[in-house]
Amino acid sequence: MTTTSDRPKASGSTPATSGRMSMRDRWNSLPRPQQWLLLIPVVVLIYALPVLNPPLLTTEPGTNFPLALFDAARFALIAIGLNVVVGQAGLLDLGYVGFFAIGSYVAALLTSPDSALWHIPYLWTLPLAMVVTMFFGLVLGGPTLRLRGDYLAIVTLGFGEIVRLLATIVGPLKGQVGFQGVGSPPGTNSAGQPIFTTSNGTAWYWLVVTITIAILFLVGNLERSRVGRAWIAIREDEDAAEIMGVATIRFKLWAFVIGAAIGGLSGALFAGQVGFVNNQKFDVPTSVLFLAAVVLGGSGNKVGVVLGAFVVSYVPNRFVELAAYKYLIFGIALIILMMFRPQGLLGARQRLLAYGRQAYLRLVGRPEQVSSDSSLRGEGEKAG
Amino acid sequence: MPVISTILLAQGHDLLAQGPDWIKFDVGAFLSQFWSDTIDGLAYGAIYALVAMGYTMVYGVLQLINFAHSEVFIVGAYAVFFTLSALGFGTSAPNLGIAALVGDLVLAMLVAMLVSGLVAVLLERVAYRPLRRRNAPRLAFLITAIGASFAIQYAIFAWRGPNPEPAIIMFRPQPVFDIGGVIITSQQLVIFLAAIVLMIVTDQFVNRTRLGRGLRAVAQDPDTATLMGVNKERVIVLTFLIGGVLAGAAALFYMMRVPAGAQFNGGFILGIKAFAAAVLGGIGNIRGALLGGLLLGVIGNYGATLFGNGQWIDVVAFVVLVAILMVRPTGILGESLGRARV
Amino acid sequence: MARARRIATIASAAALAVVLAGCAANTGGSSDTGSGGPSKVDVPEVTTLPVPPNAVKPAGNGQAQCASTTTIAFAGAQSGANAQLGINILNGAQLAVNQHNQANPGCQVQLKKFDTEGDPGKAPGIVTQLVSEQPTIGAIGLPFSGESKATGAIFEQAGLVHLTPSATNPSLTQNGWKTFFRALGNDAVQGPAAAKFITGKLGAKKVCVIQDDSDYGIGLAKTTNDALGAVAADCQDKVTTGQKDFSTVANKVIAAKPDAVFYAGYYAEGAPLDQQLVTKGFTGAFVGPDGVKDDKFIQQAGDASNNAFFTCPCVPGELLPEFADAYKGVSGGQAPGTYSLEGYDSATILLAGIDSGIKDRAGLLNWVTNYDKDGFSKHFKWDGTGELAATTVYGYKVQGGKIVYVGTIG
Repeated sequence: MTTTSDRPKASGSTPATSGRMSMRDRWNSLPRPQQWLLLIPVVVLIYALPVLNPPLLTTEPGTNFPLALFDAARFALIAIGLNVVVGQAGLLDLGYVGFFAIGSYVAALLTSPDSALWHIPYLWTLPLAMVVTMFFGLVLGGPTLRLRGDYLAIVTLGFGEIVRLLATIVGPLKGQVGFQGVGSPPGTNSAGQPIFTTSNGTAWYWLVVTITIAILFLVGNLERSRVGRAWIAIREDEDAAEIMGVATIRFKLWAFVIGAAIGGLSGALFAGQVGFVNNQKFDVPTSVLFLAAVVLGGSGNKVGVVLGAFVVSYVPNRFVELAAYKYLIFGIALIILMMFRPQGLLGARQRLLAYGRQAYLRLVGRPEQVSSDSSLRGEGEKAG
Repeated sequence: MPVISTILLAQGHDLLAQGPDWIKFDVGAFLSQFWSDTIDGLAYGAIYALVAMGYTMVYGVLQLINFAHSEVFIVGAYAVFFTLSALGFGTSAPNLGIAALVGDLVLAMLVAMLVSGLVAVLLERVAYRPLRRRNAPRLAFLITAIGASFAIQYAIFAWRGPNPEPAIIMFRPQPVFDIGGVIITSQQLVIFLAAIVLMIVTDQFVNRTRLGRGLRAVAQDPDTATLMGVNKERVIVLTFLIGGVLAGAAALFYMMRVPAGAQFNGGFILGIKAFAAAVLGGIGNIRGALLGGLLLGVIGNYGATLFGNGQWIDVVAFVVLVAILMVRPTGILGESLGRARV
Repeated sequence: MARARRIATIASAAALAVVLAGCAANTGGSSDTGSGGPSKVDVPEVTTLPVPPNAVKPAGNGQAQCASTTTIAFAGAQSGANAQLGINILNGAQLAVNQHNQANPGCQVQLKKFDTEGDPGKAPGIVTQLVSEQPTIGAIGLPFSGESKATGAIFEQAGLVHLTPSATNPSLTQNGWKTFFRALGNDAVQGPAAAKFITGKLGAKKVCVIQDDSDYGIGLAKTTNDALGAVAADCQDKVTTGQKDFSTVANKVIAAKPDAVFYAGYYAEGAPLDQQLVTKGFTGAFVGPDGVKDDKFIQQAGDASNNAFFTCPCVPGELLPEFADAYKGVSGGQAPGTYSLEGYDSATILLAGIDSGIKDRAGLLNWVTNYDKDGFSKHFKWDGTGELAATTVYGYKVQGGKIVYVGTIG
């Protein structure tokens, strides 16, 4: 499953020798505006995908292709959010689906006719979902972020389960009965039909891609800011960071809360597209799938996690005939991938941020040497 | 935002006014069922504890959450199913004398221990050892464990389909003690006592024998232990083996309670709760696993009865877990097998 | 490793001793197999079912002509944990299509399958694809209420008629969907019938109602409770999907001493629940709805299932030998399961429309809307919402390790 179009890019991993590194070097040495310029055709292609419906790539006749793309885009957004928590700050979160669920429920509770709450236009639920999930991120993160590693993992896992179980038990959240007719963005086409319907994957896909790009900009800027540097410091060595004056708890909380907000946003988008929210699919395996997307693509690398998310959501949709075997193949593929590329398809690189890049280029006369070590290398020795 | 939150609060009151039938504080039922819930909780908790041992020991030695341990357990359940089916057990309790019945059950337990132990060791060989050789990052181990968990589950799915295997009724539980109306059945007694004995044996093994000392040494400091002549690889294999063997035993007791328990994903939820039990007691700590398992078993039952329905079991269990970790970040008894972490 | 092996031996010896000790109190108990859950009230088995003489058969008159692209679709779970129900329906529909195509060389209708896994999150993408394929003029599905809720609007938008052979949630027909038709009675019919059965034929004076967390279980528990009234007022409990240990529920039931337990949910939880109830000493009747009525229930509950009764808006397809034999040819030897006959009838209705010369979606929708004929399972005529005009609920019980029919109950 890993061997489709990504393979040529992903293989040949030894850093010093492969041609890809030099491409990466060249890319890294470009000034930012030029990078943006080069990205434009890529972005145009991404937007055009559902209309092009390329023969080999398409998921039809199994699943509608634009909707499969929407699913992939939604996964990408989730992976970007989870990457802030896991990849940037190094906090292992097994209950991320809890935030996703809360976002979905915010959208459902405030737009579905099945809900007794006051109703607001759907688009307003997107920022509101982020605010609400940030609040829950604070509530959960505040007391628990002083826990280390695996204890944090089990607490977050417990949180995800508590959210799901409460959605089942608490009467007004309607359990499996769920909320029908969740709102969608306004707008009608020339025939007077609404644009954002459950079956119109293209419109939803464009909406999510646009939001994802905006989030990528925000997260990218955060990464290059003081906050981002603090996260990396914490991820690499929390004690050293603390000694060097990084307020670790505060920055961990930041990562947690920002990740939560993105999870909530994607949850609200998901609720809008499906138009129906109930307690299904907010379980531990789903959460694990989210994490798998991040690790598969390359924890800590934004482009990597988007790629990972694409693979995780696209492959089951593309190869529906595998039906009963897809999770078996998925499991084995994860094991094999971790053996040969434990840093993921596109691993994170230690590199200079912001102006450091240009400074290095001026002073040394060549682009910085990017270390190919996985960002989590140091921790690996514990497990050895 | 204050405006919105005020609105939300006001609306929230309206929601609650619909009359919640989903939560009660049924103190009467809690008191009247207290002893029967406690006994059931202890019997089920003992099963959690046995499975939790596998998590705790592997974690103690490798600092690895062996997510696939729940599948090691469920493979044991299948071994019990096939062994007892071959011995003529089926959907009604067999007509056997005591000696024959005990013989059959012990045989099934040994087969399950063997199969689960082998699967655990195989898992270590195939999935984890290559990663250790490569000095892979910590997350890679976790993802491999998740991958192995999926792979084993769906290999069973491809082989046996989605439904549980037919029930295996081992014996019809009889009341053994009747203390003022509180009845303890032979089934509850067997599960509880056998599980405790197995755990005491394991505890003694780790604390008293030479291999156990090696195991503790590796858990403390793998490099120094190697220098002192401990064969690290052998200790790791031994750890997985013990965890697997105990999971196999747990599978027999689980099937006693849930006769149709052999199902491809039947171990997953139990595995999560067993892992929670291990963390609750203090991961890496053998006695902690026992305490955590029993506690999780009874607290879930109390919560379900007190709040009026069985859906509360897992919520209460997880809330208690989160709450205890906030107060005692390394579990109730702390970590002892593993090194103390800074 | 020698040391480890010795330890393992000691461990097993110790465990053995404990098992021995525990079982010592069990003498005679294990041989006492006949005592499992006696049903207090005898409801006799009924072994015949009259086939409506004018039931429409898929074969038609053999003269039908249609385009070779004519397609009907089936969407429902074919893999995943809920697959069995979908497969029962699919086999029934496949049988109807096979019989039709064999008899009508001039009209070969395709049956296209879509696998939703029963997942409301997955179904919209799959159904969108289904409706976008123009040769498809009618559909069977979706089997579950949750996925039906998530996809009804897509069918409606495309004007594609679909018959669900098993989604029983009453609210499904209250969305104004013109393309939704239900080929069986909904939970609002089954609940009262079950209540009447429990208090009437079974003569229960006190009943415990236990529901799972599914859309189906919640809806059914409500309609049943409404009809039961005071007899079930103070014994209610809830369980979750996937739960395996029901000790607190069992303790509550034992303490309440009811004559019957009604379980609103599916057999996956119903079977271990019944088994654990009986193990704890419950001797009353265990009554379950169509979601529990399955041979798997008997397998998983073991001999505890002897106390079980079922209610179902489904016809005992196995009592129609002609259908049962032909079905085994499609299913690879399996007997018809729950809803197989409904799947068969649903496909037959669509095929009859195609045979009458209908070529497009609008025509077939119109055909089903105005349909008024007998099928194998019941008379099919719908009201304006897609609900059957008249429905029957049938009673079943477990006898000698098999589900047998005990007559209509409402």
